[in-house]
Amino acid sequence: MKNFAYTRPRSLGDATEAAGNDGAQIIAGGTTMVDLMKIGVLAPETLVDITGLGDLEGHAVGTDALQFGALARMSKVADDPAVIEAFPALSEALWKAASPQLRNAATLGGNILQRTRCPYFRDTAYAQCNKRDPGSGCAALDGGKTSHHAILGGSEACVAMYPGDFAQTLVAFDAQVMTRGPGGTRTIPFAELHLLPGDTPHVETVLEPGEIVTAITLPRIPAMANSHYLKARDRESYAFAAASAAVGVEMDGDTVRDVRIGLGGVAATPWRARAAEDALRGGPLNEETAREAGRIAFEEAVPLEGSAYKMPLGADVVAGALLTVKSRIGGE
Amino acid sequence: MSKRPPDLRRPGVSRRGFLQGSSVVAGSLGLAAGEVRAAAAEPTSDTRNIEIKINGKTRNMSVEPRTTLVEALRDTLGMTGTKIGCNQGQCGACTVLLNGSRVNSCLTLAVMAEGGEVVTVEGLADPSGDLHPMQSAFARNDAFQCGYCTPGQILSAIACIDEGHAGNEAEIREYMSGNLCRCGAYPNIVAAIVQVRDSQQG
Repeated sequence: MKNFAYTRPRSLGDATEAAGNDGAQIIAGGTTMVDLMKIGVLAPETLVDITGLGDLEGHAVGTDALQFGALARMSKVADDPAVIEAFPALSEALWKAASPQLRNAATLGGNILQRTRCPYFRDTAYAQCNKRDPGSGCAALDGGKTSHHAILGGSEACVAMYPGDFAQTLVAFDAQVMTRGPGGTRTIPFAELHLLPGDTPHVETVLEPGEIVTAITLPRIPAMANSHYLKARDRESYAFAAASAAVGVEMDGDTVRDVRIGLGGVAATPWRARAAEDALRGGPLNEETAREAGRIAFEEAVPLEGSAYKMPLGADVVAGALLTVKSRIGGE
Repeated sequence: MSKRPPDLRRPGVSRRGFLQGSSVVAGSLGLAAGEVRAAAAEPTSDTRNIEIKINGKTRNMSVEPRTTLVEALRDTLGMTGTKIGCNQGQCGACTVLLNGSRVNSCLTLAVMAEGGEVVTVEGLADPSGDLHPMQSAFARNDAFQCGYCTPGQILSAIACIDEGHAGNEAEIREYMSGNLCRCGAYPNIVAAIVQVRDSQQG
């Protein structure tokens, strides 16, 4: 790891100023940042440690909204009985990610900004990576192994997959992100935080230099209480998603009043399957309609040679998650 | 203890990349070697004095910002009970308790642990030398073979029970998934945790 300067500001204003300098990187839990620095993908000149900003550590489950400080640790939120009751899919998305040690260190703010696991991004032995080195090409598309790449939202410049789980619950349930930057505070709809790769895969979010995520909020809606995060992966635990779905359903008798579907392990950014939601709203929820929703969710997918398996797997995961929620509602 | 340049531990190219690539890899190897030399020659003036309470004792040390907690423990303080396995936060051999929570000390910068409290495997036995119940249970259950992952397994196991995630064997396996054992002692590790959990409940 290359050496760097280190600063630990005590106020959000100081942190924003320090983080806005050239060559500065924010660090919180460090589980992504230290890893990427060790393998030479990132080499910041200055690390701005924001863990001294204790105000950002809490979280709260209110009657109207769920609020999470950017420095809330994954494990603490996942284990909170109030979170589990209010929004089971959110707790599941957190505890099914990474390992207990990583979840104790990693923060929610860092989690949503985690970097892709694309092997060509992570291994600097490969010269081609438009995300790491803009304009250098894409080793995955240039004959590489594509079994863990995006089939939704990718571009000719980059097919790297957004690897997170938690973000799928946020994108499907209309979360908002609060930030503090040099220009003051702002609120960003979570669905607008991440950018599709397009021609500029190195630009991953709308955040500006020095802009710090301070909190994440979710409006409390009925579909949250009947939600589930289903994660299919290469092994039972401690693996990134091969395909996953965060779903929530609100029924009105036998009719779907509201449904939310977020997709993980398949897309370039946190992904909401709006067309699949629209197909279900106002109709019945049964195996046939759940499978149709799964099919629709991947209608516009562009499978690569190695990732074609994600289409049928993803469709099954969507259907499976919906039917699990349906059976839970029926069991009440 | 002599301080080794951290970059010597990890060549700048992965084995997979080395096996798959050709000219690209050769170029990177040259670059990697240059980086190692540069790192070794880098001045180490930007060090910081930090204070961490380790196993109940306040320790002061001087570290570079890039020094990880496991490097500070092993290289700066000579406490080699905590092991480095993958050095990437994947295997759990470096697990310690930081402010009561189990974390990977290879992904924790020592400067970020400043003012904190760390428990390592050296701090588990009581001062008279009696082993911690989890250490005894690992010995009784043959919960290791080569022993390299064992310090991390034991700290993780203690935390697993403390966190309330040792309800049944499936939960123990899920919440011990951050500790790999290449000897495959998993069944006996689970048995040791069940035994300690039950004795604490009794």
